Amino acid sequence: MAQNRDIEDLIDLMAKLPGLGPRSARRAVLHLIRKRGQLLAPLATQMQRLSDTARECLNCGNIGTDDVCDLCTKPDRENGTLCVVEDVADLWAMERASVFKGRYHVLGGTLSALDGVGPDDLRIPKLLDRIITENVSEVILALNATIDGQTTAHYIADQLEHRVTVTSLAQGVPIGGELDYLDDGTITAALNARRKL
Amino acid sequence: MLYLNELTLSHFRSHKFSRLHLDGRPVAIYGANGSGKTNILEAVSLFSPGRGMRRASASDMTRRPEALGWKITGTLTRGHRSYAIDIKSENGAARRVDLDEKPIAQTALAALSQVIWLVPNMDRLWTEGAENRRRFLDRMALSFDASHAEASLAYEKAMRERNRLLKDQVRDPHWYRALERQMAQSGCQIHAARLHTLAQITAAQNNADTAFPAADLALDQGQGDMPDTIDDFITALADSRGQDLAAGRTLIGPHRSDMLGRYAAKDIDAKDCSTGEQKALLVSMILANARALAHQTQTPPMILLDEVSAHLDAGRRADLYDEICALGAQAWLTGTGPELFHELGSRAQYISVSDQGGISEITQHEAAAQ
Ligand SMILES: Nc1ncnc2c1ncn2[C@@H]1O[C@H](COP(=O)(O)OP(=O)(O)O)[C@@H](O)[C@H]1O
Ligand SMILES: [Mg+2]
Ligand SMILES: [Zn+2]
Repeated sequence: MAQNRDIEDLIDLMAKLPGLGPRSARRAVLHLIRKRGQLLAPLATQMQRLSDTARECLNCGNIGTDDVCDLCTKPDRENGTLCVVEDVADLWAMERASVFKGRYHVLGGTLSALDGVGPDDLRIPKLLDRIITENVSEVILALNATIDGQTTAHYIADQLEHRVTVTSLAQGVPIGGELDYLDDGTITAALNARRKL
Repeated sequence: MLYLNELTLSHFRSHKFSRLHLDGRPVAIYGANGSGKTNILEAVSLFSPGRGMRRASASDMTRRPEALGWKITGTLTRGHRSYAIDIKSENGAARRVDLDEKPIAQTALAALSQVIWLVPNMDRLWTEGAENRRRFLDRMALSFDASHAEASLAYEKAMRERNRLLKDQVRDPHWYRALERQMAQSGCQIHAARLHTLAQITAAQNNADTAFPAADLALDQGQGDMPDTIDDFITALADSRGQDLAAGRTLIGPHRSDMLGRYAAKDIDAKDCSTGEQKALLVSMILANARALAHQTQTPPMILLDEVSAHLDAGRRADLYDEICALGAQAWLTGTGPELFHELGSRAQYISVSDQGGISEITQHEAAAQ
């Protein structure tokens, strides 16, 4: 409806973003084009750069622009405590709350036989490696309270039994509620009140 | 008191626009086969969590051929309060519920209104497979405790995951144990809720002054007993892995339970009773469920009795009506003709339904037209 093929194509792409629909995508594109000097050009450059460099951290699975991410290399974070999350969005939510000072491990999903996701499809083998190489003493499982999330938590806890202390975020993470949707205070409370599995 | 004092069906099944103005008395609905009586009861059943008494999808309920979606509006009176409840589905989308114009979760209805029912396809309950008896028991359990639904869903999901591992011949013991722990937690909760339900129904039957025969009820596991504790259940599931792998599915647990019923006074299995006796046992259980709920919540539930008089003689019918009226429940009854409700007299309100070229038309009456 914008009559121009290139503009239509951009609107179609934008409409695929989470939180945007066809109407809001149209408004966003119009805005970008009007401000092409201040917005569209820098956005295009930045997107191109990220598209070339973005990658998953080989160590923890976080997203960054290097083979190993900042969180894994930063010297001011505590070694020895690993917080295990399902998804990068969960890691970001934990970081937003800025209560956790240790390192992370992103699984990249949850175990689900019905969806064909097994332990080797997640970063579970890498987690087991890191326990040894990084001399980890506590693993905090910050997994969602869904059946699949809890299956994954039990699975990992079972594997790590007698090797490290395994704790889990305390109540406060509601059933089916995802970490990403929790406010910072709730995350802080859940972390402070974590319990042994 | 719990009752609907206004109910409107828009584009719901055979109803294009039907509005009822009601008080708390039982509602007797009569009309020819296919006129749209059961559809009204189905609409009322949606005032409790779940898929309603036909277990139909939202898109099945939309009036055809238009298929525009549907809406049920009700004013529900509970005690001294009144609630405006909208239940609707747009364009075949999932059902949504609004309370006083604000969206609420379907499960939140459990706190506001309890609806229980007896429908004609339950007539075969005692002679058919265990699944429907389990479902009947679970509906009763759910009426006492809404968290029964959550436990059932959790168990179901964990078991389906485990069954997939079994089918795929996966051997990873950690994965099995992770699922089995969750099955054990929810499974023990389900089992306890069912036992508690049977105890409540039994007590309510025994304490009532009723003309209907008490059913002796028990849970049966087939081979082996249901483990008593979560730890025992975890062990039992682990021990069962070998035979489950051979079968390709989980062979122990509450999904294998059956509800056994006996005609207590005659000491005869329900399945060996006459059709009328089998129905009478079910009526006895539904009334007991209602009495137990009335005792638990100080409010009798709405009771949907679809074609219930079909297997009851005039004497039994009169007894049923007396007991419903004594409960003070807004029962919704259907039948093909007004004569079936003769014994209710002025204790009920009457609605006739007829099919007018594919559209259900309703008329309210002061008394049953004879
Ligand atoms: N989605 C629908 N749209 C239109 N009519 C429907 C729909 N579902 C069922 N019906 C019609 O409703 C009628 C059955 O209504 P029902 O309430 O079961 O009848 P009864 O009065 O015998 O209880 C049937 O004629 C059936 O074709
Ligand atoms: Mg019917
Ligand atoms: Zn990293």
